[in-house]
Amino acid sequence: MVELAERGERAGAVLIDLLFILIILIVIWLAVFGATAAREGGGFGWILAFVLLVSFLVRSFYFVVFELRWQGTTPGKRLLGLRVIDRAGGPLQAQSVFARNLMREVELFLPIQLLLAGSGATGVDALIQLLMLVWVGVFVLMPFFNRDRLRAGDLVGGTWVVSAPKAKLLPDLAGDNNRAVQAAGVAPASIEFTEEQLAIYGIYELHTLEEVLRRDDVNAAAAWSEVASRIQQKIAWQPPPALAPPEPKPFLEAFYAALRGHLERRMLFGVRRRDKHDRPENDTTSGQAKNDTA
Amino acid sequence: MAELKLKSFEFRREREAAWRELEGLVTRAESGGVRALSPWELMRLPTLYRGALSALSVARSISLDRALLDYLESLSARAYFVVYGARSHFGQSVLDFLRFGFPDMVRRSWGCVLIAALCLTLGGMAGFLLTAGNPDWYFTLMPEGLASGRSPTSTTEELRAALFHGGDSAEEELVLFSSFLFTHNAGIGMFAFALGIALGVPTVVLLLYNGLILGAFAALYAGRDLSVELWGWLLIHGGTELSAVILCGAAGLKIAAAVAFPGEQDRLSNLARAGRGAARIVLGAVVMFFIAGLLEGIGRQLIQDTVIRYAVAIAVLAFWTAYFLAAGRGRTHG
Repeated sequence: MVELAERGERAGAVLIDLLFILIILIVIWLAVFGATAAREGGGFGWILAFVLLVSFLVRSFYFVVFELRWQGTTPGKRLLGLRVIDRAGGPLQAQSVFARNLMREVELFLPIQLLLAGSGATGVDALIQLLMLVWVGVFVLMPFFNRDRLRAGDLVGGTWVVSAPKAKLLPDLAGDNNRAVQAAGVAPASIEFTEEQLAIYGIYELHTLEEVLRRDDVNAAAAWSEVASRIQQKIAWQPPPALAPPEPKPFLEAFYAALRGHLERRMLFGVRRRDKHDRPENDTTSGQAKNDTA
Repeated sequence: MAELKLKSFEFRREREAAWRELEGLVTRAESGGVRALSPWELMRLPTLYRGALSALSVARSISLDRALLDYLESLSARAYFVVYGARSHFGQSVLDFLRFGFPDMVRRSWGCVLIAALCLTLGGMAGFLLTAGNPDWYFTLMPEGLASGRSPTSTTEELRAALFHGGDSAEEELVLFSSFLFTHNAGIGMFAFALGIALGVPTVVLLLYNGLILGAFAALYAGRDLSVELWGWLLIHGGTELSAVILCGAAGLKIAAAVAFPGEQDRLSNLARAGRGAARIVLGAVVMFFIAGLLEGIGRQLIQDTVIRYAVAIAVLAFWTAYFLAAGRGRTHG
């Protein structure tokens, strides 16, 4: 399932792309004029014509070419993990890409021009510039006024922008758990949970626990020990009498594996417990666990 | 409980190698195109893709390992674009577009084209009548940059000279001029399209205004009995350029019409449909602007004889007429 891209991400991607356009243009101008100055020959008209043409093409078709060749992404979008897709679910058509990017004339280049031109204006000119800016602002801010965060170009092109980051396959916590627990010197069998203890939490809590376990920042250890003690309290867990209390991380990993096993088994029987407040009739609260075994 | 053999863990262990293989192929295809893959890898791609999809479907119902689900979702989406992404041949699609897509869409949008042409003509007539009646209008209508010194205060000789100057320009100046005209005009055309989203009002204003300027200019020359020379000077490229302006205006109006009169579909999908068609028209118009730029920058400067100018203008106009009426007919395609 894809998610709509955040407005901030999209603005960031556009800024990155604009920066790239600017850099490309500067490089072209510098290279061409540097070469001309070094040569000191004629032919200046040809070169200027060429630069003019290329600049126009870069400015007008940068987005179009990238979105066509890179399946709906541009360098800026790639960096932020965004992608343009067809709103109806079909393949992204070339004409959609053209339509959505031609709209940038009004949404992007016109406001930039107005801002650049308006900085020195006074009197009536300044007022007209201001009115234009307000009018253009309606289009610039369009993504804020609809649920799907469509800009005018998305409306016209029948597209929307989704967030499609590349996800890495992280190690399975439940699988590596054995190793981790053994490395800590505690036999896996020593950390055990009863059905009642596992029946307290749901999928949401499991995923939160997964997130906590995958942390590797400086505060991770503190978070683990806090979460571990909170869970131990909540489920009234006691370390086996023969052993010293386990370290927070091995405990959490063992609990994660046990809880996931429990919830996945329930899922196979068609019970999907969303979170700890989700208690359908036949779900196992501690009291009903007996019914299950009966 | 001791034995931590989760079904989801086993499931993942068995299939992980195939996912990694698919991920490798997709990553390479994303950076180097599908051509980066060998024939054998191309054969594997669809199989691996279907495998990943079915794994995702199974994982959703048996696994609660969120990292795994996120990974499979992202991998499936990326692989989808590699397997099903648009991969038509670039040259072929340009050819198809010029032979069929562009003229066909113009024909289908004849109503908008007509209105845009009317706006331009009305503006032209108004500009002509106003300026013919009172030359002061010329100063009101004509932006100074475009007039380049030509005004009711110029002598007839000056005005005539303006039509025939540049014959001795160097080649490179002509190319520069063409390049400038193309980028300038194509920019305005694309702008006219984009303005269509504001219910077309700015598009109509832009068309009327360009007509007014043209009319004022024509009136100035008509007042000095230079009409024939002026139209020769103007039409050699103007047939192409004005057609392109009209088409861009029509594209803007098409969008406006889709917003204002959605018809049987809802506004959003109708706008998306119209927008794609309109974008096609604008793209074609940009090509026309390029041709017009060449005709204006080079053709007009090199051809100084009014009769030949007319001949070229008529030939070009005949070409466009035939093109828009006949090209690509008889092909059924959306």
